[in-house]
Amino acid sequence: MDRAATAEKIAALIEPFNKKGVAISDATTFAGDLEFDSLTVMDFVAAIEDEFDIIISMNQQAEIENYGQLIDAVVKLQG
Amino acid sequence: MTDLFSKFDPLIEMRANLLASGVEDPFGLVMEKVLSPTVAVCNGRETILLGTYNYMGMTFDPDVIAAGKQALDEFGSGTTGSRVLNGTYAGHRAVEDALKEFYGMDHAMVFSTGYQANLGIISTIAGKGDYIVLDIDSHASIWDGCKMGDAEVVPFKHNDIEAMEKRLKRIPEGAGKLVVLEGVYSMLGDIAPLKEMIRVAKENGAMVLVDEAHSMGFIGPNGRGVAEEQGVLDQVDFVIGTFSKSVGTVGGFCVSNHPKFEIMRLVCRPYVFTASLPPSVVHTAATSIRKLMHAGNKRAHLWENSRVLHKGLKDAGFQLGTDEPQSAIISVIMPDLERGAAMWEALLHEGLYVNLARPPATPANMTLLRCSLCAEHTAEQVQTIIGMFKRAGAKAGILG
Repeated sequence: MDRAATAEKIAALIEPFNKKGVAISDATTFAGDLEFDSLTVMDFVAAIEDEFDIIISMNQQAEIENYGQLIDAVVKLQG
Repeated sequence: MTDLFSKFDPLIEMRANLLASGVEDPFGLVMEKVLSPTVAVCNGRETILLGTYNYMGMTFDPDVIAAGKQALDEFGSGTTGSRVLNGTYAGHRAVEDALKEFYGMDHAMVFSTGYQANLGIISTIAGKGDYIVLDIDSHASIWDGCKMGDAEVVPFKHNDIEAMEKRLKRIPEGAGKLVVLEGVYSMLGDIAPLKEMIRVAKENGAMVLVDEAHSMGFIGPNGRGVAEEQGVLDQVDFVIGTFSKSVGTVGGFCVSNHPKFEIMRLVCRPYVFTASLPPSVVHTAATSIRKLMHAGNKRAHLWENSRVLHKGLKDAGFQLGTDEPQSAIISVIMPDLERGAAMWEALLHEGLYVNLARPPATPANMTLLRCSLCAEHTAEQVQTIIGMFKRAGAKAGILG
């Protein structure tokens, strides 16, 4: 799946987690802008893992700080 | 200069606000005298202990104490050395033999604490390119073991068999897999569906480590834990446990049937690069473990205590961590930290000590009053405890 198609799917997946309706760009950060706590991160990561049938380990999650990095990582993980 | 402590400012502020409300410091309690496994003098008051993990009440067992005193006389106050150098005494062998018998397993390795047992075993056996699949509510020592090692760490939702299975199936072909579970989860006192989880783990080619810290001595026909209770102990590759709960002293261990297990003594850094337990500790532990093999009556009484307290608190209107009592931990859910701390203080003034557990140690950012029962709590004490909870609950505005 290319970056645009992946981004479109992730945009739909993040919606229920974006409780404050923050406008999301590639530079939006999960901890800072979206205020995700550890439980939200777990549920959101699980939703993405299930959609794309991939694993995003905690080690990989540590490298992902913003929305753009997440899309890049998911594109890469799909091989 | 950047103050390296500035990162703790939010916690410092939270603590200051809590204490400014006039509440007694929940994390500054001092036990001035300990009268028995269930009663102590805390901050000047005689207090029933309901938050000590002293499940089997072995801390004042006369045989256990005698063994410790004798070891002090015969072997001295400490070993001053690592297990692999000058720190293995007869008592260390004796306690490892007691553990092998207790669990019916081939190998036992004793660490200086339970924390170090998880830290050491997990970080050593799961290396670069391996995967650790673990429950999100795992104890800090498990997380720290994951962090210290080089494996890929993949958490799944608490006790969710399907979530665990999905993750196992996505792991690349040929990678080493370790599933890490706990028998009893200490925050809510709930148990894991180990039978199903271990079946799924094995079907997917994973090795299984189960932390039975909160079940040893109490759950299962021989007190070997939740895996024994569910009939799957023989499929667990590594059992982690502690001496600081039912055994009644301090120390940690791993027991295993893995044929190559003994190599751990040379490669596991938290085992090698620290001093071994003092002789008095290993002799008390060995004596206590052997007595726990024949503690069926105490186990039955502890279950009775757990059932009575659970029902009493539920009937009084408290919200509990589990619908039914599943272990010797009964967790009472508080609406928030402020009222939780007020309730904790009201209980202390009644003469009852429980653990106040707060985020980030708790799941879902809950504030909990965690009660751990003891086989030495009398039926009368349990009724007294229920009465204290009712009065404190009304005073702190928890009960309507």
